[in-house]
Amino acid sequence: MSRIGLVYDRIRFEEKVILKKGEERGLSMKLSDAKDLCLYVQGSDEEFKATFGDVVLQRCISYFRGLNITAFLESKGIYVINPLSVAQICGNKVLSTLALERAGVPTPETIVSFSPESVFKAIEKLGYPVVLKPIIGSWGRLVALLKDKETTESIIEARELLNSPLHKIYYTQEMINRPPRDIRTIVVGDRVIASIYRYAPQDDWRTNVARGGKTAPCPLTKELEGLVLKAAKAVGGGILGVDAMESPKGILVHEVNNTVEFRGAMAAGATNIPNEILNYVVGLSRR
Amino acid sequence: MKVKCIDCEGDIEIPNDVTMGEIVTCPDCGLDFEVSKVDADGVSLEKAESMGEDWGE
Repeated sequence: MSRIGLVYDRIRFEEKVILKKGEERGLSMKLSDAKDLCLYVQGSDEEFKATFGDVVLQRCISYFRGLNITAFLESKGIYVINPLSVAQICGNKVLSTLALERAGVPTPETIVSFSPESVFKAIEKLGYPVVLKPIIGSWGRLVALLKDKETTESIIEARELLNSPLHKIYYTQEMINRPPRDIRTIVVGDRVIASIYRYAPQDDWRTNVARGGKTAPCPLTKELEGLVLKAAKAVGGGILGVDAMESPKGILVHEVNNTVEFRGAMAAGATNIPNEILNYVVGLSRR
Repeated sequence: MKVKCIDCEGDIEIPNDVTMGEIVTCPDCGLDFEVSKVDADGVSLEKAESMGEDWGE
């Protein structure tokens, strides 16, 4: 059997339970702390495989760190979960929204623009309220609900002062008239292994568990399952967190996460997630 | 004194001379916390602001 590795930069709840479950199953995993890595471009494939394993679960909390390590390991013949192309698409909201749209997955109406002036044109088309999101980032960070021109001007002014050029790309999306919850599903390979509701905390409109959102089981209807699997396939598949919303137009998929967090899903009863992830990784290592 | 890590439920050792604003780290998951309150009932911890712009899932 091939060697299995895990690359991380922080042991969150998720990495901790994966490691614990792996230990219980007697799996020997090669652990690599991304912060300690010093990757030699001229190193041989065999040297890299001996250090990292033949199949690597990439679980960095830092997107760019994980992305570049994935590129490196793939170039040395290591199978990384998720592959580089998947990480690239999921980590960038423009790319993931385009992939979903292209695959015919219903997604909120979205406009991408590149200057403060053009944001107002986008809002004119979408109509207030709109949601402004950074194209890179997670946990609902810097996601703004814009209800009027004055707030929009302030937010744009603040964004323009940020150093990252990524903040100069404006991703505006219609505000979906949804219940105070969304749906987080977890896809492993060709199956949806968990489906939960995430309820926004009392003092926030965002549902992210990282912001205090609470979870509860969500029935996996045929419609939801079909859409979620289609969305996962659209970005290239693997181990993914597919987020959806209940809208008056039906279910819309708004995001696909590459290094999915599942603490909330486990709290809602989906306790088998670490085992399912390990089954998938072990399965790939036996190819 | 020990406090449960809100992330992994590991035991965080709080030094006897703890002061507000001090950073303590969970020995299990490595998460940093800022001590936001110290009183007779014990201490309150908040996640320290060390997040990167690209952090997440």
